[in-house]
Amino acid sequence: MLLTVDHVTRYRYDQPVRAVVQSHRLTPARFDGQKVLAWAVTVSGGEMGGAFRDGAGDWVQGWTVKGPVSEIEVRVQGQVETTDLAGVLRGHRELVPPLAYLRATPATEADAALQALAASAAQDDPLSQAHALAFAVAGAITYRPGATHSHTTAAEALAQGEGVCQDHAQALIACARALGVPARYVAGYLFASDDGQPHEASHAWAELHVPGYGWIGFDPANRTCPDARYIRLGSGLDAKEAAPIRGIARGQGCESLDVTVAVQSQAQ
Amino acid sequence: MTTYFNEMYDGGQVRPPYARLSDWMASMPADRRLEKQAEAEALFRRIGITFAVYGEGGDPDRLIPFDMFPRVFTGGEWAKLERGIKQRARALNAFLVDVYGRGEIVRAGRIPAHLVYQNEAFERAVVGFVPPKGVYSHIVGIDIVRTGPTDFYVLEDNCRTPSGVSYMLESREMMMRMFPDLFRENRIEPVDRYHELLRRTLASVAPAKCERDPTIVILTPGHYNSAYYEHSFLADLMGVELVEGADLFVDGAFVYMRTTQGPKRVDVIYRRIDDAFIDPLCFRPDSMLGIPGLMDVYRSGGVTICSAPGAGVADDKAVYTYVPEMVRFYLGEEPILNNVPTWKCAERDDLGHVLANLGDLVVKEVHGSGGYGMLVGPKSTKAEIEEFRARIVADPGNYIAQPTLALSTTPTFVEEGIAPRHVDLRPYCLVGEKIELVPGGMTRVALKDGSLVVNSSQGGGVKDTWVLAE
Repeated sequence: MLLTVDHVTRYRYDQPVRAVVQSHRLTPARFDGQKVLAWAVTVSGGEMGGAFRDGAGDWVQGWTVKGPVSEIEVRVQGQVETTDLAGVLRGHRELVPPLAYLRATPATEADAALQALAASAAQDDPLSQAHALAFAVAGAITYRPGATHSHTTAAEALAQGEGVCQDHAQALIACARALGVPARYVAGYLFASDDGQPHEASHAWAELHVPGYGWIGFDPANRTCPDARYIRLGSGLDAKEAAPIRGIARGQGCESLDVTVAVQSQAQ
Repeated sequence: MTTYFNEMYDGGQVRPPYARLSDWMASMPADRRLEKQAEAEALFRRIGITFAVYGEGGDPDRLIPFDMFPRVFTGGEWAKLERGIKQRARALNAFLVDVYGRGEIVRAGRIPAHLVYQNEAFERAVVGFVPPKGVYSHIVGIDIVRTGPTDFYVLEDNCRTPSGVSYMLESREMMMRMFPDLFRENRIEPVDRYHELLRRTLASVAPAKCERDPTIVILTPGHYNSAYYEHSFLADLMGVELVEGADLFVDGAFVYMRTTQGPKRVDVIYRRIDDAFIDPLCFRPDSMLGIPGLMDVYRSGGVTICSAPGAGVADDKAVYTYVPEMVRFYLGEEPILNNVPTWKCAERDDLGHVLANLGDLVVKEVHGSGGYGMLVGPKSTKAEIEEFRARIVADPGNYIAQPTLALSTTPTFVEEGIAPRHVDLRPYCLVGEKIELVPGGMTRVALKDGSLVVNSSQGGGVKDTWVLAE
């Protein structure tokens, strides 16, 4: 599938800030399931900082903006050719050992309820178990936009029984780690529509490490594994760590955020 | 009844390196000793060298007691220690470069994978990064105890930001000022090159992008930190700026320091704050101490951070047991310095042994430091032992145990006169382009009669440490 992305994030400050520093994981890495044909990230008034590929295979790019500034626009435009690998992250170059993804973070700590959910899906075959875990999480947390916020933990989302893709992913990660399965959070884009109209398309899912296969993506929110409609940006222990944009503004200004993401498919 | 090695007396005989000190001691009347002790205390207080005692609401400006009776090594003893310390520092750094790279030592089955990769101190953010000159730990503080004429054991390694070197330097300064004659009568190796060697070490690991004389800074969490004195002392000695996080900022691909003449690029940061706090974008977002964006600059080669983030995985107490294996694996040598035999409570057989022998062992928390959260079996009451037993059973993986070592003693000035007290030693090994070590270190002394805990936070004191020229 040939997917084009146009992703604009606009930061507005009610008072001008002195400076902004950001760290981006906004560039898809190449693997057998995705090939980047064109990609550009721009930051209005920004200076490119240090850049490197990290141990997890993600391209990290620093940016700074000198103030005073009251509005910054981060724009991502690109084109990616994708192939359906049923979620398997084949041909992805990375160095971090899977064992390093067993560590719980505050957002992915498994409380008694998450542990019980995990236990209910435990199976001998690791691949079947991974599917069962994703299925269990999808059943336990109903998709409802606005039900949670960006700081909601996996345990809170499960207790509430509602959430968005971030909650599904973090709950699945918590359950997997509770069973000793390395798991991580993945941020990316999803081409969510076949009607040709642009849709909100920032998305998140989880990857579980399955012996014999390596990392496999699971998207409980859509009860599927990532296919050709998915573009993978980067990963981390939880949503906070995998965030495509992490930033801090120096100054007194209060920040407001406006995001539009359009992913469209082109006939090949 | 345990017998302890007395570093000064061999039965009734004075050992040769202490010969002149024996005369010195005999010639000092009690009133002069008290007068000198008061003088030393006044000097220490005036320069402000203090060390906060954590917990219990103690006086944060309490002085570390200084004991005037020096601790002495012969040149021969030191030569062996020096070789052993440098060997260990090399192996620890090779380990760090390896586990953040391909992890050959894990693949070879020489250390369990979970101990490294599931370790809290293992930093995924630096995987794949080789710092300048392949050095992660630039100042390695190795705690050593002596139990016999030729028996030395390494108690633990400190690969992050070991403190206390100011005590080594100030103790010497103090002794030279108060007893100049001693330094004429004995041929004592100097330690005053330390700051020069530290500066050279830090300059030698400047990033590749730095094409001029590197600008070095010391990054401190601020004057509330218990080691603030040391931070400012080292900055003064080296002639570099002492900065806090708010004094530094990232612009483009580099780090700058605010100065009255405008921003100045910084090449090497000797940081005295923990990994978790150095960059809110990468680690703890609530950190007010760090510099946003620092890690991106670091990983793209714009600045060097000393010690390198992630260095802590080498000085974990459970990883410690594998340091001799690191020496063999990376250097192909036999370790010169011994480890203390260690039981890991995480392992079933070891746990059984530990629980059955709690009264004879020292039990420590894997991530503990400063002498807290430990049990010294032979010095504890039945109730204390039972309380500790419950803690170990509840979380075995958090504890290791070692035999109670018969720490050597040296003569120490106490209320009643002079008496033997237990000591340890922390030398500071500098690792950059070269590996350097000044002859000496910080000798800590347990001032309480019979106590084996020398930590300054537990009421220990310090002594000047002499290495005699051959």
